[in-house]
Amino acid sequence: MEGLISLAVKAIFVENLALSFFLGMCTFIAVSKKISTALGLGISVMVVQAITVPANNLLLNYLLKPGALAWAGFPDVDLTFLGLISYIGVIAAMVQILEMVLDKYFPPLYNALGIFLPLITVNCAILGGSLFMVERDYNFVEATTYGLSSGFGWALAITAMAGVREKLKYSDIPDGLQGLGITFITAGLMAMAFMSFSGVKL
Amino acid sequence: MSQTKKEMLVDPLVDNNPITLQVLGICSALAVTSSLQVSMVMALAVIFVTSFSSFFISCLRNQIPGSIRIIVQMVIIASLVILVDQILKAYAFEISKTLSVFVGLIITNCIVMGRAEAFAMKNPPVASFIDGMGNGMGYGLILLLVGFIRELFGAGSLFGITILETVNNGGWYVPNGMLLLPPSAFFIIGLIIWAFRTWKPNQVEEREYKIQQVEAH
Repeated sequence: MEGLISLAVKAIFVENLALSFFLGMCTFIAVSKKISTALGLGISVMVVQAITVPANNLLLNYLLKPGALAWAGFPDVDLTFLGLISYIGVIAAMVQILEMVLDKYFPPLYNALGIFLPLITVNCAILGGSLFMVERDYNFVEATTYGLSSGFGWALAITAMAGVREKLKYSDIPDGLQGLGITFITAGLMAMAFMSFSGVKL
Repeated sequence: MSQTKKEMLVDPLVDNNPITLQVLGICSALAVTSSLQVSMVMALAVIFVTSFSSFFISCLRNQIPGSIRIIVQMVIIASLVILVDQILKAYAFEISKTLSVFVGLIITNCIVMGRAEAFAMKNPPVASFIDGMGNGMGYGLILLLVGFIRELFGAGSLFGITILETVNNGGWYVPNGMLLLPPSAFFIIGLIIWAFRTWKPNQVEEREYKIQQVEAH
């Protein structure tokens, strides 16, 4: 249990997907103009992340790993080279299913998220989460924790960024830095602030 | 076709750079640039994937049904990325370790999808190939620029060869350790954007709020 909590804290703060690995940057920069949309997107990323990381973990352990196909009578088959294509397939399928479920049972949430849902498929934070799970060899429980907390970290980062940018638009910025330039520098300052968590030993 | 092939290749380098103007593919641009060698490999990998994925998608553009085009594009891109990944693992294992998940993340690199969707679906194969290559190079240019600054001033070396002898090794240069840490990439790209936009003022974004000049009485 203690291990899981420290894994979660680490995934949220120390190894924040957005600010220390720069994953999901395209959406992070593009959709952080207003707090409300940023929050909606953040929550949907968290939900998708919490589903896809454990799902890909099962896929890895029961289909792809060397010897994983032993239950089907192929103990020598190693399919890890198919990893990338299967993870992205799982992610695309999960997003599609989530979209249909939300549309049917939670229409208000579905309407609020709107176009962001399909965009999540190509959000690097999602694929990145699955790839980190593979690289670090998490088991199923750890993968679930990691998926949920790394998604939460990303949501936290984009909401904070939107808060800063809402205030920032009233300030007098040099012409060349207007818009994208100042957003990058703000993100850099936030990343530095998040780095101070790296001293936390759990 | 209004653009010549040369324009298509050169245009994305500065005038229509995917990173500084279109805000595409930033994700991996930041994380892998702490040394020049790694940036170089990453830039080459992306150029390879964007140009060939544009080429193949354009070859198939009349056969792909509109409703499943994203999946078809994904499959083509993912296959090319797997190819790159396996080649790197076989011939440059050390570098592929440093790049870790970022090779895989070329799949979700918005530049690749963006070019496939915006250009390759409407244009013939050779033009798409050149367009993909140009955009990959625009991405690579920024990557190399950032990698150059970070490695030279952060570690005093280029491609691992010492240029500025650091204090630790008995030299005179005190390295700026901050540049090796991730946040510095944000600052450098921010400043590059500033420089580009000062050079080409037509790229400057419109302000949402103008500060009013009050006339003195």
